[in-house]
This record gives sequence, structure tokens and C-alpha cells, in this order.
Amino acid sequence: MADRFDCIIVGAGPAGCAAAYKLASDGMSVIVFERGEYPGSKNMSGGILYSTILNKLIPEFWKEAPVERHVTRRRYSMLSKDSEAALDVNINAFSEPPYNNSFTVLRAKFDRWFAKKAEDAGALIVTEAVVDGFITDNEKITGVKVRMEGGEVLAGAVILADGANSLLSEKAGLREKPAAKEMILGVKEIISLPKEVIEDRFSLEGGQGAALEFFGQCLGGFAGQGFIYTNADCLSVGIGCPISVLQENGLKPAGLIEAFKKHPSVRNLLRGGRIEEYGAHMIPEGGFSAMPELTKDGLILCGDAGGLVNPSLYKEGSNLAMASGVFAAETVIEAKKRGDFSKAALDAYVEKLENSFVLKDMKRFKDAPEILRKAPELFKEYPEELLELLRLHFTVSEASKDEVHGELRRSFKGKVPAWRLLKNLWKLRRIIS
Amino acid sequence: MSNPLRGPSPGLEPLEEKTLAEKLFLVRFKVDSASHLILNKDLCLDCTVRACLVICPSEVYKWTEGRPEITVSYEGCLECGACRIACASGAIDWRSPRGGFGVCYKFG
Repeated sequence: MADRFDCIIVGAGPAGCAAAYKLASDGMSVIVFERGEYPGSKNMSGGILYSTILNKLIPEFWKEAPVERHVTRRRYSMLSKDSEAALDVNINAFSEPPYNNSFTVLRAKFDRWFAKKAEDAGALIVTEAVVDGFITDNEKITGVKVRMEGGEVLAGAVILADGANSLLSEKAGLREKPAAKEMILGVKEIISLPKEVIEDRFSLEGGQGAALEFFGQCLGGFAGQGFIYTNADCLSVGIGCPISVLQENGLKPAGLIEAFKKHPSVRNLLRGGRIEEYGAHMIPEGGFSAMPELTKDGLILCGDAGGLVNPSLYKEGSNLAMASGVFAAETVIEAKKRGDFSKAALDAYVEKLENSFVLKDMKRFKDAPEILRKAPELFKEYPEELLELLRLHFTVSEASKDEVHGELRRSFKGKVPAWRLLKNLWKLRRIIS
Repeated sequence: MSNPLRGPSPGLEPLEEKTLAEKLFLVRFKVDSASHLILNKDLCLDCTVRACLVICPSEVYKWTEGRPEITVSYEGCLECGACRIACASGAIDWRSPRGGFGVCYKFG
């Protein structure tokens, strides 16, 4: 006879671990299947963890968790082909606990720690275990099939937290294969530098960290962006580009990250570095309208598997994942009390998401992906023109300031249609705040 | 992590250059004996797009003109899943590698 648990969780990332921790802490019997050698071994993020939820689950977690740096400095930078204009924000108050709940992390280390916490709370974590499908009873999901001998395991509910490439949510019939325009491919390198060099170069002290986001011409004028995040003694350097854009323009991801690293404003930040690791991961950035159905009888979708990524400038994913994990756990706890794991009962999960920042923000920024798709000039013409304006403005010459500014106006008007610029700026507010 | 400071002007020389193959050499893979990426080669022959040849960050898909077919170096697969999303003909049967096999990030 198959083993039976109150809850089965597939995937030991932020969503799965948060759910497991919460369920186990409440005395529920919970088993987590993770296909990697250890939790985190398949996982990658740009590298910023927003931790409001984690800090509620495990107060002052930063004292023990393998976080790299707390983010005090944020830099938003517009690149033209060879120049840069940036907004640099340094908030020293973020150096005080709870460190603005934003930390750089390396997921292979962080997720491993989080899974251990769930294990210590009483969850059973099984690694190297691939879940291939579900056990059903009249369409209701009652368990999972694990790729191992005697791998049939039953539970009241299954929480699916198998990440961006969620084969299982398709198998459960909750969604079709995601469209290429809804998925971002992130490619990242870990570049090591001595701690002192990082702190000098990025103007940091103590455990402070910097998050540098690059917009405009990061990818040779195609839609997408770049980033550099500081870890303790290495940098996370990477790019993100919609899969549809790569596909339509024949862009090879390995070449794009190389080109980004060679931009004059980027390469100087990487000097003396050594590449330690290369990786790639998808991010579901289709926003609210691309989300799958999140529940069915006996099943709840969490985190990236549920498409829970805020696709605005905030770029939040892990916090939404953890929130969804906690809500899923609470829902399963209530369902067990009532002995009802039907979709109607599990839809309390969706209600919790709706009443929280998770779906409020997903809805607030629902148009962000479409706005970006429809304004390709954001990645080419606008940054080029902005930097050209700045170049003219700062060029030292014997022309009078009146002449210079006259030329500025003429040059800008000629290249950027004003009406479209205003329209785009108006729409951009839906991405920015 | 080893100390990257080398030479007389520490930290001033450009970032080291590495080819894709060299970068993949830095990644830890536990390689299984069979591929977890199964192609329907008939569909691939009829496919005019062949997005897989472009989309893969570790370039595991290669078109071999002589045969002709697409070969898959699944050993270097980072398991991002982009090929599955990009493949228009549905020719890629993307399975998770055997438990514990495949890419194993140290940093992530």
C-alpha cells in the first residue's frame, strides 16, 4: 500500500520550502520531492530575495541564512550603444535590520538552507526524486507518481511548486505550454572578485550590497535588460530576454551575455574578475493574464509554476513564491480540518492571494508585459536619443548656450515623434510604480 | 573561491574571456547515460524554423548537414526549458533528467 501524507509538495524552491515549513510547523505530515541532488541545485535567480514573508516565517532569518549582502544601493541605468545615464539611489537606513527585506542570495546555497529549516520543522525532504505524474480518483488528484520503485505516494492535497518549467501543471490540465512571449530567458554568470574590490568598486561598506539594473541597449537594441548584483565575494551578472524576441531575431543567448559584459559601462565593473559558473533559467513574466488556473480538486499551484512573478520594474518573484507557499499551506491546514480537499475548498488559496499584495500587484501591473512588447523604441531609439541629448548638452564648445539648446531641441524633435513619446511615457507608469 | 588577484596591477586587467565550452566546463553536471531531451526527428526535418538551434543558452542543438538531422548534446543542458517553449513543431519531448542527474549548480 502507498504511503499517505497530509500534503505532498513538488519542488524545494522558495514556494515549496515556505509551504513545507508552515505545514510542518503546524504539525501536518508533509513530504517534499526535489529532483536535484540537493535543494537549490537546479535553481537560479538574478539574485535578489525580497524577504518580508520569510521574516515572518523565520524571524531574523538573516542571522543564520546564507544571504550574501543586504541591498542598500540601487542603480537604474540607461545604456546607449556606448554610453550610459543612470539614477543612483543609496539609502543608508536600509543597513538597519530588517535590511529593507532585500538581500542578494545564491540560490544553490539559500534554498538548501531553507529546505533544511523545513526539515528541522518536521517535513520529510526527499532529494533526487522526480515526480512524473499524478494519481487520480475521478479527476481528483490524490497523490503523485515518483520515478522510483514503489513510487506511488498519496496525500490529501498536492502543492505543485515545480518552477518556471512546470511540466506538471500542464500534465494536471491546468495550462497549455506557455507562449514564447510570456517567458523570459535569463542567462547569468557568477564572477568572483575579492570582497574589498567589490566594496570599493560599488561604494559599499560592511555587508551592504548593490543592485544595478541596465535598460535600453543592453542586448543590441532588442527588448531585454541586464543586471549586476553584488554578492559577498562575487557578482551575479546577467541578462534577460523574452524567448519570442530571441526566436524572432535569431539571437543566441550565449552571445548576448558576452555582448552585455563588453559594454564600456559594464566591462569596467567586471575588471579582474574570474568566471566561476554559467547558468540559465526561465522566468514566467507573462503577468496576470498569462497565469494558469491555480487550483483543482486536490491540487494547488505555487510560485513560478503559478506564473506568480511581478513583471514590472520591481521584478519580484521569490517573495510572491513564499507568500503563495504560506497561503497554500494555510489552505491545506483548513481543508484537512474540514476533510474537504475539493477545488471549492482549495479556492480559499486564490482568495488569500487576491487579498494580499500577490494578486493585487499582479493585477496592478497586468499590462506591463504588453506595454514593453509594443514599444520597441524603448530599447533602441529612446536610449540612443537620450544619450545623444546628454552628449550635446555636456559637449564643451564655443557655441553659445542658446545655440546649443536650439540644436538640442531640433535634433530631438527630428528623431523622436513627440506624440508617441508622450503616449509611451504615459503607459510606462504602469511598469514603474 | 580562489583569489582572482593576479599580476602586478590587481583587479585592473579586463575580465577573463571564456568560450561557451569553457564556461560549461565550470558547471557541474552529473551526466546520465541516456538523453532527457527526445526529438521527433521527422518533425525536425520538416521544421523550417528550428528555433532550438538559436534559443539554447548552452547550444546543445546542432544541425548536422551531412546526415541530415539535429544532434542533441544533452550532457550540457542547463535545464532551463527554453527549447521546449520555443519549439514550434512540438518535436521536443522534454523530460526531467533522472533524479540527481543533470545540472547541479554550486552558486545558482
